[in-house]
Amino acid sequence: MIINHPLLGPRDAQEFTYLGDAALIDRPDGLSYPTPDAAMDAMHDYLYQRSNPAGEHRELWYHEQGDRSWLVVTRNTVTHEITRVELARDVARMRGRSK
Amino acid sequence: MRYSGFRVIREALTGHKGWGPAWRDATPQASYDYIIVGGGGHGLATAYYLAKEFKQARIAVVEKGWIGGGNVGRNTTIIRSNYLLDGNEPFYEFSLKLWEGLEQDFNYNAMVSQRGIINLFHTDAQRDAYTRRGNAMILHGADAELLNRDQVRAMYPFLNFDNARFPIKGALMQRRGGTVRHDAVAWGYARGASDRGVDIIQNCEVTGFRREGGRVTGIETSRGFIGAKKIGVAVAGSSSKVMAAADMRLPMESHVLQAFVSEGLKPVIDGVMTYGAGHFYVSQSDKGGLVFGGDIDGYNSYAQRGNMPVVEDVAEGGMSLMPMIGRARLLRSWGGIMDMSMDGSPIIDKTDIDGLYFNGGWCYGGFKATPASGWCFAHLLATGNPHPTATAYRFDRFRKGLMIDEKGQGAQPNLH
Repeated sequence: MIINHPLLGPRDAQEFTYLGDAALIDRPDGLSYPTPDAAMDAMHDYLYQRSNPAGEHRELWYHEQGDRSWLVVTRNTVTHEITRVELARDVARMRGRSK
Repeated sequence: MRYSGFRVIREALTGHKGWGPAWRDATPQASYDYIIVGGGGHGLATAYYLAKEFKQARIAVVEKGWIGGGNVGRNTTIIRSNYLLDGNEPFYEFSLKLWEGLEQDFNYNAMVSQRGIINLFHTDAQRDAYTRRGNAMILHGADAELLNRDQVRAMYPFLNFDNARFPIKGALMQRRGGTVRHDAVAWGYARGASDRGVDIIQNCEVTGFRREGGRVTGIETSRGFIGAKKIGVAVAGSSSKVMAAADMRLPMESHVLQAFVSEGLKPVIDGVMTYGAGHFYVSQSDKGGLVFGGDIDGYNSYAQRGNMPVVEDVAEGGMSLMPMIGRARLLRSWGGIMDMSMDGSPIIDKTDIDGLYFNGGWCYGGFKATPASGWCFAHLLATGNPHPTATAYRFDRFRKGLMIDEKGQGAQPNLH
């Protein structure tokens, strides 16, 4: 697979390591919940539950053998076709992180 | 029809006209007491033991393609019970004991061959870890032996004992481990189940679950609605897809694992060998092909094929262990979809929906578990309680911090 890095252009997927579903960006803070159980539920779902779709999947790849940036890659898990690559930094900021 | 030596002779003398199909290809009835979703090894074993051991009736197995066409037809055929943890070892030892009596039990030649499995070690620390593992196995009633370097050399003189990075110092041996003819397992269970009245329904894909008041009442399929009192799902790599139809998310990712066969060679490896340091394991089939594999490709995938970097990685592992493999040609490779659970261990449990049960998360180790998985799932379906050897395989173990992390690597599938 070739991942079209937004800064570096097309790179072999072998240069990357894979983490998983890009929903991992949205880590719950574990504090703003009415009860401790609700906080635990949110953290449990975040850590262990996955949608694991057959089809389009947004996922985190780390360019370990390159510029060490985290990317959000939109890839089809049935065909392995990659349709979109973004910097995870940009995605996280759009979602209100790092404020 | 019961298979026997006498029967073979009789058929030989009468032109082999008496062999019928091994199982009935059934059409769905309106409703059943039990429906097993998934006609693979685990699903067929579940139906077989439900009928035979738990004396249940009105059972159907529904399969979207043909039976045995998934991971039971796409694996490296290894059986063993060399696990460390309390949650695992009794279950896998139960499975190995069932393998030992399987062919007599279901009257089918599954070519169970206890040719022994060795796990190589390369450092003092690994030797200590394997000593501990071997002791744990013996304490749970399994067999284990620690082999020194000379004993391994006597078995496999061609290995690269003086590899600069991973010199071979010895191995953990389980003599009762070995290989089984994988397709025959599916066929044997299908025949045994069918003979006991189980309906095996092929080309029947589940598209949804019908529910009334928090309880399942049946399945929607490509061949119409089928009612059921209890439904057991055993669909391996498709677990997340099928359970999503019941609005469930699972602690699982689907990954592709590749395996390989070389051209046929003269007998050279008479057992099974694993080389963890190089991510490589190998045995030799009765036809002579070296059967080997390595790691998962490492990203979510539902494509039953992998990518070239892992082919190269596995070939390198093979070369560093047994350099002579470089002269053999690769005949074919294939990929199967693994339901990788978060801690690398399976789930056999009820769901929050009454009457709906789940069996999955077998990662890349489901084949050896087939008999015990079927037995324990049948036990859960028939009695409502987990089998004593499968009490740890619960959905809530992640919530409670009771992970069964056999490799000690953490509870994320990209670590296994």
